[in-house]
Amino acid sequence: MIALMIRDIRLSVRAGGGFGLGLAFFLIVTVLVPFGVGPESAILARIAPGILWVGALLACLLSLDRIFQLDFEDGTLDLLATAPVPMEGAVVVKAFAHWLSTGLPLTLAAPVFATLLSLESPGHYWVFLTLLIGTPALSMIGAFGAALTVGLKRGGLLLSLLVLPLYIPTLIFGAEAATRGVAGLANTTPLLMLAGITAGSVALLPFAASAAIRINLR
Amino acid sequence: MELSVENLSCTRGGVPILEGVNFTLSQGHVLMLRGPNGSGKTTLLRTLAGLQPPLHGTISVSPEAIAYGAHADGLKATLSVSENLTFWAKIYGQGDITPALEGFNLTSLVDRPAQSLSAGQKRRLGLARLLVTGRPIWLLDEPTVSLDVASVSLFADAVRAHVAGGGAALIATHIDLGLEAETFDIGPFRADPNGAGATHSAFDEAFS
Repeated sequence: MIALMIRDIRLSVRAGGGFGLGLAFFLIVTVLVPFGVGPESAILARIAPGILWVGALLACLLSLDRIFQLDFEDGTLDLLATAPVPMEGAVVVKAFAHWLSTGLPLTLAAPVFATLLSLESPGHYWVFLTLLIGTPALSMIGAFGAALTVGLKRGGLLLSLLVLPLYIPTLIFGAEAATRGVAGLANTTPLLMLAGITAGSVALLPFAASAAIRINLR
Repeated sequence: MELSVENLSCTRGGVPILEGVNFTLSQGHVLMLRGPNGSGKTTLLRTLAGLQPPLHGTISVSPEAIAYGAHADGLKATLSVSENLTFWAKIYGQGDITPALEGFNLTSLVDRPAQSLSAGQKRRLGLARLLVTGRPIWLLDEPTVSLDVASVSLFADAVRAHVAGGGAALIATHIDLGLEAETFDIGPFRADPNGAGATHSAFDEAFS
């Protein structure tokens, strides 16, 4: 299991692994928004939590098809399915490796990028916290979508269409918790809902995803 | 450890393509699986390896005892030879990859990334994976594709050593490996997709 995670992280940081892809996309979004919206810091600060959440979500979406597609194409998935590793465990490990190489860097970068959107000091904290709680759900839900589309050549379009609706609850509660936190309002409820979505998807989706992979391997 | 298969029917994409397959592969033996292209050799091997459920019939051995060597080697282009092999060794809980490297003459290539290997070297690395699985029954699908004569004999030696150590191997191949082996031709077991096969397989409305 640990070997699988080390391998996935190693692959993501090597050439063509897509480690910087999400982060660069996230940076581009946050840099471009002030050009599009205008330089008024009051407006920027108000929309900053939402922009950061949408940017992180789309950046996460970019690298989803790598979770299983490459392993499927070179035959690794067949061999993993016959190896003494439960497929559910492999799904969790691969989703976690995806989070470590995508969600975690996005979370760490978000407070820095928030400065570009004129977000003031306590706001950084809330954006960081909500992304930290919410991005594991993005990776897990994405792994499920990737498992469903693993047999399709160039299934990226279908994957995005499948996954985006599933991302919406995470986005709503994550952005809401961050916005309320920035405005100094009570945000315990959306934070707990966000944590619930993450806990629920990590608990349930590995089973659904591994079933989808087994069917796709037939 | 004896692999015996009784009255096995396999499907591909929901269509039955093999029916009533019976054979026994006992410990210390090699069985050559023969059949023309498209006759269902890969489907049979994938069914035995547990990648797809059989339509009918019984397989005496659980997939836990089987090491499956597919067409694709499952190599990662950006990992080195030793990283690729160490990964599989760890997955199968084995420690040492040196015998596998030596068995397939890969020792001088350990630090090369897999993307710079030739097709035959990749194949040798894919076959070396079998040695780190530690599993008794090998199911191999066209293992000698892109191997030269010297590498084929390395492979044949590896199979001989495995079988001598109490293992067994079922090999789908079109060439003569020079191994002492029985031959099993799956041609006669081919299911007729819209004829006799439909009568004693379960009714499937999608294909009726």
